[in-house]
Amino acid sequence: MSKIKFKLNNIAYTIEENPSVRLLDILREQFDFVGVKEGCGEGECGACAVLINGKLVNSCLVPLGNVHNQEIMTIEGLSETKQGQILTESYSKEGAVQCGFCTPGMLMASHALLSENPHPTEEQVKIGLSGNLCRCTGYNMIINAVIRASKDGEGLW
Amino acid sequence: MVKHFIPSTLAEALEFISNNETKIISGGTDLMVQRRSWAETPPKFDKDVIYIFNLKELNYIKKTNSFLRIGATTPVSDVLEHQDTPKLLKEAISIMASPALRNLATIAGNIGNASPAGDTLPIMYLYNAQIKLENKDDFRILPINEVILGPRNIILENNEMITEVIIPLDAFTKTNFTKIGGRKADAISKVSFTGALNVVENIVEDFRICFGAVGPTVVRNTDIENKYQNISLIELKANISNIIKDYDEIVKPIDDQRSTKEYRKKVALNLLKDFIQNI
Repeated sequence: MSKIKFKLNNIAYTIEENPSVRLLDILREQFDFVGVKEGCGEGECGACAVLINGKLVNSCLVPLGNVHNQEIMTIEGLSETKQGQILTESYSKEGAVQCGFCTPGMLMASHALLSENPHPTEEQVKIGLSGNLCRCTGYNMIINAVIRASKDGEGLW
Repeated sequence: MVKHFIPSTLAEALEFISNNETKIISGGTDLMVQRRSWAETPPKFDKDVIYIFNLKELNYIKKTNSFLRIGATTPVSDVLEHQDTPKLLKEAISIMASPALRNLATIAGNIGNASPAGDTLPIMYLYNAQIKLENKDDFRILPINEVILGPRNIILENNEMITEVIIPLDAFTKTNFTKIGGRKADAISKVSFTGALNVVENIVEDFRICFGAVGPTVVRNTDIENKYQNISLIELKANISNIIKDYDEIVKPIDDQRSTKEYRKKVALNLLKDFIQNI
């Protein structure tokens, strides 16, 4: 057990935990942030994506020991921001959500992409979302949603 | 009971590994999958674990003279964005896994994991990268082909850690990196080809070829390369069938869940042929 300090959605926490536990499990089990989904558990589907210090990562691959003194943002935190709201609206307007399981990870990846590149081309959106699998939509609506968000959210990223 | 340690300095980390048989975790992209257990239960480690990913001292990219020095915990996404990173290495990183993985994966981790299909490894072999292995009292610097001994097997002692990757910034006039995988993103190579050539006044001064995922380690053979150096470009191209024959003898892939030996060999040699034809 180790003492691990981190900021989660802007709130500081210190917990006593085994540092090898996956960040994904801590977020879901201890903090009840169940918007973070487990899909493949091996970094291939992106359903568990969160931001650490603003960078997109798959939380199934992150041992808790690696977030000591770092800042984490989950979909629950993103939803409360203006960017999160614009993305949510864009996804809904473009019909980019079907079953919804991939959506939190898609939104995190979309936000990470727009933060680095506020006006991505379609090709850049595809690369930005390349680590996120969706078995329902066929991706076109998701790509359109990101491009819409980049316009509707002009100046936010 | 395994111990877990999150060091705040490199000195603390080296001290810890000198006293304990340790598994070193950096970004975790390989280890967290290999040691994965059921959902909601922690991965299984049979040794003490040290978490080095946030060691600031090892997170850097510096160009000194004609060498690029990359600290062990530098994620490949930073290497990709750096102005001094060679084009070949950028190409390999840009199609490695996915953006989220690239924010965690490190070149030192790729070396430590020593997978025959490691994406950055052919580039390390091609550039004759030097690897710095450090313990609390001393360090040694070894060429990549002496560090990696076989699949998942490297020369690291229990009290050592990879701290730096040193890449000589050699000049090439023509390079190619091609990876064949089942999917564009997040795929493990079935086979990869890396070629580099330096032609000065029509003379081939440097000729280097590496293949990934077709043997226990990256396949590179300097005897073959030397045969085709210091000849004219026209002579090199005229020798295409001899070159393919030479590599045919040393490329010995296996069957596994990702591909077959026949497919791997055929594709590896076709990529070589394509590279030479398009010089």
